[in-house]
Order: sequence, then structure tokens, then C-alpha cells
Amino acid sequence: MLDIAIAYNRYRFLGDEYLTWLWFLVENESAQLNQLDKDLTALEIGNRMVLENRRNEAVETITIKGDEAGLEEGVLALKKGALVNEVNLLYRCGDQIWQFNLKGESLNISSLKTPETGKVETKEDTEGAVLEKIYLYDKVVEFVERSFRLFIKNRVSDKWEKKVVPQIREWLSNSK
Amino acid sequence: MGLLSPNVSITRYRVQGRLDDPVLENIKKALKKFAISDIDNDAVEKSIGWTSFEQPYKPEFEGSSYLFGTHLVFSLRIDKKSIPSKILKKHYAIEETKRLTESGRQFISRNEKKLVKEQILHFLSLRIPATPNIYDLVWDYEKGKLWFFTNLKAANEELETLFTETFKLSLIRFFPYTAAELEAGLSNAERDRLKRLSAVTFAD
Repeated sequence: MLDIAIAYNRYRFLGDEYLTWLWFLVENESAQLNQLDKDLTALEIGNRMVLENRRNEAVETITIKGDEAGLEEGVLALKKGALVNEVNLLYRCGDQIWQFNLKGESLNISSLKTPETGKVETKEDTEGAVLEKIYLYDKVVEFVERSFRLFIKNRVSDKWEKKVVPQIREWLSNSK
Repeated sequence: MGLLSPNVSITRYRVQGRLDDPVLENIKKALKKFAISDIDNDAVEKSIGWTSFEQPYKPEFEGSSYLFGTHLVFSLRIDKKSIPSKILKKHYAIEETKRLTESGRQFISRNEKKLVKEQILHFLSLRIPATPNIYDLVWDYEKGKLWFFTNLKAANEELETLFTETFKLSLIRFFPYTAAELEAGLSNAERDRLKRLSAVTFAD
């Protein structure tokens, strides 16, 4: 394995490509996501997306936020060569919702909010609450791990250049 | 940040290596050995150590207090004394004036200034209590996975150092490269391709 610090910077683009690919799946290939995770009812883009364009010398950052914000600016940024750097996602399972931010370069999960759990009122409630929370966090962690695994398998195969990249370009060219 | 908080951040790790049997007993011993030490009455600026999830201000690892189902749950505590610069400046000015008046000198040397500052820091750090920061973690020993409940760089670096020192196991943070190498089940040919990958653009 490569030196960790070197590998972090050398492969940070993979995280941004992964989030961009994930957005493409959300918009166009949601069946793939359902195959990946049988419990998933829907994955949606939430209220925040950060894109970065590193094609030129200066890094350009585009932030889209707000519950009603449209993602047209994001599509435009992708067309200009940007990639998704951070995204807020809604993971739906039945009538339950998980919401969280996912960062490309680190794959860190932040601001993770799970479906509501019971209140901890006594010391005896703590163990149950901890186990319930671990179970709920695991849904999101497991989803991120599975989807990244699928992405990376595609990324190191011929399918990436021959099929996935043209599909994403087609999606962008058909988007206004 | 707490495991039971309404909003959490998670940094994921792979734990590499195994502990000697009996595992739980060895974990308990190691946690006790590297438990946080209270520094409120000491002239120490910072203390880092393990603490218990349920009693973070009174580390307790007896019985199975750190075992929840099949998960090990405990916390990293970082106590730090922050001495405001204005307080430091005030005490330094008082001491400097006193020394100049007593000696009849016009100024004090650079070395003496340094010494005075060190003495003031020592004096203040005995009087100022440390601010505790507590970060929970969940360790699935069997799967070799660990979740640390903060994304703060400094806290993650302290975790990596203390964990390795405590358990003599290595902790590998998940990010795109390590996730690809350790989690994706790539073949040797796929690993070779991974090594050669470069960024793609979806722009026209």
C-alpha cells in the first residue's frame, strides 16, 4: 500500500468522481441503487451540494444550498469540468429518513441525522439506545461502503471509459 | 461529539491486527493503563486518554461497562487548559514592573523575559481548570471496524496515536484510496489499474 499521506492527495479525485457518479445514479439509474441496497426506498440529493473545478490553476468552488434549491447550477458546473466535492443526501427506507453530508476527498460522514429514537430517561435505557443508534448509523455506513465498492469496481474496469463516462456526458448534454 | 447526539459525524477506520486472548480482559487492562489523568491541580496544559462512555468525567472500565452487545464503546477525552492571552499579558506586565522597580533596571533581558513567561504559565495553569472534549467511538472487534464520532483533524490524529500506543494495533482511516485497497475486494489486475488511474472530466 502507498504511503497514507501521499495516497490521500494522489487519489482525492476518486472521491469527487464517486459523488458525481452517485448523483448521476440518483437522477438516471436509481434501480442500480436499489439493487445495491434492498432496504433503500429512495436516495435523493438533499439541501446542499459543493462542486469544485480544478481544471484551471485556480480552484473554483460552487456551493448550492437550500431546501428548494435547483441543481441547474451544479449541472452547468459539471459541464465546465467541475466535480461534486460534498453532497447532502436523503436516504429513505420505508417512511424513515436518514439525512447526512458525504465528503468526497475523505468519505467522511457528517451531520448525520437518523430517524427518531426513543428518549433515554434512565440508566437502563442507555444500552438499548446505543445499540439502536449503532444499527441506524450502520444503514448509512453500509450504503456508503457498498456504493463506493460498486463505483471503484466500475472505475478500474473498461466499462468506465466505454459506458459510464459517455452515459454521464449524455446526461449532462441533455440537461438544461 | 456524542454517539447519542441528534446529529453526528463519523470517521471510519479499519483496525489491523488481533489482540492476545483473553481479548476483553486485555482491552480493559489497556484502557485502564491509558485512561485520562485529571490535570486540574497540576501545572500541565494538556491531557489525553480514554474514558468511559457512560461516565466520561469518572473513567470506569470495571465489569463490562465498555461492552454494548458485540461492540466496544468508549471515549477519547482531551483536556486542555486555554490561558487567554490577555490574562497572560496582564500577569507578565505586573511581574515585569515589579522586577524593574525592585532592581532599578530599565529593562529585563530576553532570557529573563522567557523565564518570567514560563513561571506565569506554570502559575496560571495551576489555577485554570482544563476544558474537556469528549469523542465517542464504537469498535467492532470481530469485523476490525471502528467509528470515531468526529471529523476534526486534530482529534482524529490524537486517536490514531493513542490507539496504536494503547493496543499495539494499527488504525487505518478510510478515504478513497484506503477504501479501494482494503474494502473493494479488488483483484491484482484491478489494483494495478487503480495505481495508474488519473482524474477524468465529464466536460465536453
